[in-house]
Amino acid sequence: MIYWELFLAFFIPNIIGYGGGPAIIPLIETEVVGRYGWMTAQTFAETLALGNALPSPIATKMAGYIGYEVAGIGGAFVAVAATVIPTLLLMLGALGLLYRHRNSPRVKRMSQWVRPVIAMMMGWLTLGFLLESVNSSGMMHTLIIGVIAGIALIRFKTHPAFVVVGALVYGGLFLG
Amino acid sequence: MFLIIDLAMSSPMTSSASWQLFWAFLRVGLLGFGGGPAMIPLVRAEVVTRHHWLTDEEFADVLAIGNTLPGPIATKMPGYIGYRVNGISGCIATVVAIILPMIVAMIVMLGIFSRYRDVGWIRGMGQAVVPVVMIMMAQLTWDFFDKSKASLGWLVSIVMAITSGGLIYWLGVHPGWVIGAILLAALLRPKSNKKAEKSA
Repeated sequence: MIYWELFLAFFIPNIIGYGGGPAIIPLIETEVVGRYGWMTAQTFAETLALGNALPSPIATKMAGYIGYEVAGIGGAFVAVAATVIPTLLLMLGALGLLYRHRNSPRVKRMSQWVRPVIAMMMGWLTLGFLLESVNSSGMMHTLIIGVIAGIALIRFKTHPAFVVVGALVYGGLFLG
Repeated sequence: MFLIIDLAMSSPMTSSASWQLFWAFLRVGLLGFGGGPAMIPLVRAEVVTRHHWLTDEEFADVLAIGNTLPGPIATKMPGYIGYRVNGISGCIATVVAIILPMIVAMIVMLGIFSRYRDVGWIRGMGQAVVPVVMIMMAQLTWDFFDKSKASLGWLVSIVMAITSGGLIYWLGVHPGWVIGAILLAALLRPKSNKKAEKSA
């Protein structure tokens, strides 16, 4: 049942992903590209690129678009609901309990201990994008775009939207 | 942008609290780039500075509570604040305002893009963004590893990263089991823990 699979594919990453929306991205990739094969690494990268170029939270943009791709409006609704509702309900329902423990070392430890795992998965996804790009565009173009994007984003703190648009122009002119 | 939204705010429809919430979080959603954690200062500007729905301390508490839970922070906080100000309708207003416009934009823009995927130069555009997301993901990797190093030390961080990486990518264990086990261990381990005390 596609709606149930969509629900699980977004519910699981969001119930274990500490560190906000960005932490959930590699977990979603595991489900959407790895487990269910709804998207190729290439289309996932394109979705992520547009998602990073637009404002508003990344986790819900990814959920809404992927859900729509897989199963139309209903799919988008299920994926977004699985992203937003469970943890929001927990927050509203267990507020007293959470308030008492908001500064507890155990609770802090939970998000701290998950971080290296998320970092590892992000690193793995980075490597996946590298291989995908070398495979489709070749080493030279990957290097040129990667170095320029890196300098722009890290050294000059250029807005991600401009960097993505720059890459689109480059790709339109020199690739394909 | 502010002008348009400010005009809209002065229309009679905005008299209700849910509309105020809706416009406040629409602004946050449209101006907030870089994912949820990057949007927190914008949420604070609306909720504390502009509308006085929460005091500074309450806001800090809500953020701390949000961080005790997994999932995107940019929907948990607005949802909670909306609920607190105006019940269920406030909650729906804030969440819809912050997420819906850009979900629609994604579907429309990627829909157009994928319709012309067969055209060579359009496909080239798609290929060229892969190295860009690679760099962005590398930045996030570094950011998460750096934070991890700050709280756990580099040795523990690396050992945990390599162990979990081996389990997930070499043995094919679902990340949910790995992270679930870690969360359980973090919760159940006795409080007198040097690492936790150091960072608390």
